[in-house]
Amino acid sequence: MLTIKNLNARVEDKQILKGINLKVNAGEVHAIMGPNGSGKSSLASVLAGRDNYEVLEGEVDLDGKDLLEMSPEDRAREGVFMAFQYPIEIPGVSNINFLRTALNEIRAYRKLPQLDAKQFLKLSKERQKLVEFDAKLVNRSLNEGFSGGEKKRNEIFQLAMLEPKLCVLDETDSGLDIDALRIVSNGVNKLRSKDNAFILITHYQRLLEYIVPDFVHVLYDGRIIKSGTKELALELEEKGYDWLKESFREQPV
Amino acid sequence: METNDQLIQDITTQEYEYGFITDIEMDRAPNGLNEDTIRYISEKKNEPEWMLKWRMKGYEAFLRQDMPTWQNFTLPPMDFQGISYYAAPRTKKKYESLDEVDPELLATFEKLGIPLNEQKVLSGVAVDAVFDSISVATTYKGKLKEMGIIFCSFGEAVQEYPDLVKKYLGSVVPHSDNIFASLNTAVFSDGSFVYIPKGVRCPMELSTYFRINAENTGQFERTLIIADEGSYVSYLEGCTAPMRDENQLHAAVVELIALEGAEIKYSTVQNWYPGDKEGRGGIYNFVTKRGVCRGANSKISWTQVETGSSITWKYPAVILQGDNSTGEFYSIAVTKNKQVADTGTKMHHIGKNTRSRIISKGISAGHSNNSYRGLVQVGAKADNARNFTQCDSLLLGAECSANTFPYIETRNNTAMVEHEATTSKIGEDQIFYLNQRGIDSEKAVALIVNGYVKEVLNQLPMEFAVEAQKLLSITLEGSVG
Repeated sequence: MLTIKNLNARVEDKQILKGINLKVNAGEVHAIMGPNGSGKSSLASVLAGRDNYEVLEGEVDLDGKDLLEMSPEDRAREGVFMAFQYPIEIPGVSNINFLRTALNEIRAYRKLPQLDAKQFLKLSKERQKLVEFDAKLVNRSLNEGFSGGEKKRNEIFQLAMLEPKLCVLDETDSGLDIDALRIVSNGVNKLRSKDNAFILITHYQRLLEYIVPDFVHVLYDGRIIKSGTKELALELEEKGYDWLKESFREQPV
Repeated sequence: METNDQLIQDITTQEYEYGFITDIEMDRAPNGLNEDTIRYISEKKNEPEWMLKWRMKGYEAFLRQDMPTWQNFTLPPMDFQGISYYAAPRTKKKYESLDEVDPELLATFEKLGIPLNEQKVLSGVAVDAVFDSISVATTYKGKLKEMGIIFCSFGEAVQEYPDLVKKYLGSVVPHSDNIFASLNTAVFSDGSFVYIPKGVRCPMELSTYFRINAENTGQFERTLIIADEGSYVSYLEGCTAPMRDENQLHAAVVELIALEGAEIKYSTVQNWYPGDKEGRGGIYNFVTKRGVCRGANSKISWTQVETGSSITWKYPAVILQGDNSTGEFYSIAVTKNKQVADTGTKMHHIGKNTRSRIISKGISAGHSNNSYRGLVQVGAKADNARNFTQCDSLLLGAECSANTFPYIETRNNTAMVEHEATTSKIGEDQIFYLNQRGIDSEKAVALIVNGYVKEVLNQLPMEFAVEAQKLLSITLEGSVG
């Protein structure tokens, strides 16, 4: 589904991605871990097409299409969804109207008929239930005055509504208490399918107890320095990142 | 990929696409302003002596006054002798069919959802006798008449209902109120007159739309609305479709009178030609609007959506004279390119337990200058007066400015006056967040702006609100993509 080749990118003068290679197939869940400042969130931003990131080199292919050539909205319409680490508040715009606009824009791009109000509400009720999203939050202004946990849960609700194929969760677990973490993880597990794929960006092994990844990658200094299965996450939890950093320094790329 | 800076650049420099059609035949007074001009106008309109006298008083007051200097912009020089103050009903250039009309203009009408027949009228296509709106208007007029409601042109009211006009004309905005009001008094051409009898609830929104055949609002318009005891009326002025006019200075006067227990709701959508990118040729809109809650328990509510004109200068006011009366002001003012808006409201609390509420939403883009100017005045006898004011400013881009000038004067220590103000920018983060959900930047800006102004749009009658919402999107639409 997604193939990233030798991706190099910078923000202002600082190069933060230094040759990322990654292949994600439909049905897979990949976890990306790494110490602070290693480039995890930057990778998510580059995939989503955030403005201030400049791609210097490399390719990103999504089902045969060049992702880097597309505007952020077209990437979203092609099926890339990013759950934000810090979801944005938009006062006065109701959550539900926003979602209806988004869904219909995506459907228009895919040449699907627009959902009328009734169909949309039915879908919304169904998905709210699926991801245990509080109905009261549906009609409030988008993320305005939501608690940290509510914002993160709203990201998962949006994910459930928009049915993307590639879901990038940028530190969705940070700031969640144990109950919220369980709800968010349950939501993701229910949404997993053979047709979509997840990239989980996280600091902590904790999330991976709930959402079991197929692969774990360690990102350090803008490169993936180690890949493995879920056992790698446990090893990291035990030993930290230092042993990897050292072995990495011994073998400069 | 479009950067947000570019987007803002595009939005803020987009030009008003509909220029003027100036091919006009006119029966007009020679340029210049003097007593003869006023006599000429009064005579043309076949007015009684008292009207002429009143016009003359306005003219004298006009001569005595200087141009205002307190506004937050440089007043352009105005040559009052250089204009003609009377022109017989103008005919815009007529087209044979809609096919001849600028397709861009039609596209805008389409976006605004304006029905075909109205599109024809607005774009100046000759319409045949069976024009729906007019026959509908006639039907409505009949119904209104049965209920004793008077809704006619000002000129007609002077002829048919002189006692009502005499009693109320100038009772809220005196002939000497300000230089523009005085000028209007002297030379006003026509306008609307509304009277709602005691206890009558006007069953429909009164709109200048219904006067489409007597349209030509003109340069110096005068509106007088009287709501008798216990009555209710909602009045709509203006139109979301782009309005073209070859007169540069507009100085209208609106007077509202609410007697005991009456309620008047007055909504405006103003979309006059704003001038080119440099602001050249745009309308100067200097308007005096004031209402008086004369009786106890009465209410006056102003709602305005101001997107046009190169200069907008207006402060719809409410005089809260009756005890327990309520005044409201809800405003959206959008400025771009080099537009200037200096607008706000005045709430004069005189009676006991009077209440006022002010919600102002300014949106500035380009090199524009958007100011809120408001006065909340609480008199010595206005026990327990309450005011709540909220002034929000939204900035698009870095070249524009937004200012707030709230004046509060209270002479009664039981008064409670609250003022809240915020200034915000449309964040790149907000736009990116919406982009990431499949919404392009143009729609994202529209969504954010509509969210921002929702509180005011909610005050407009439903259909008008939908139109106004579209108008805002179109006004801020750039050529993104």
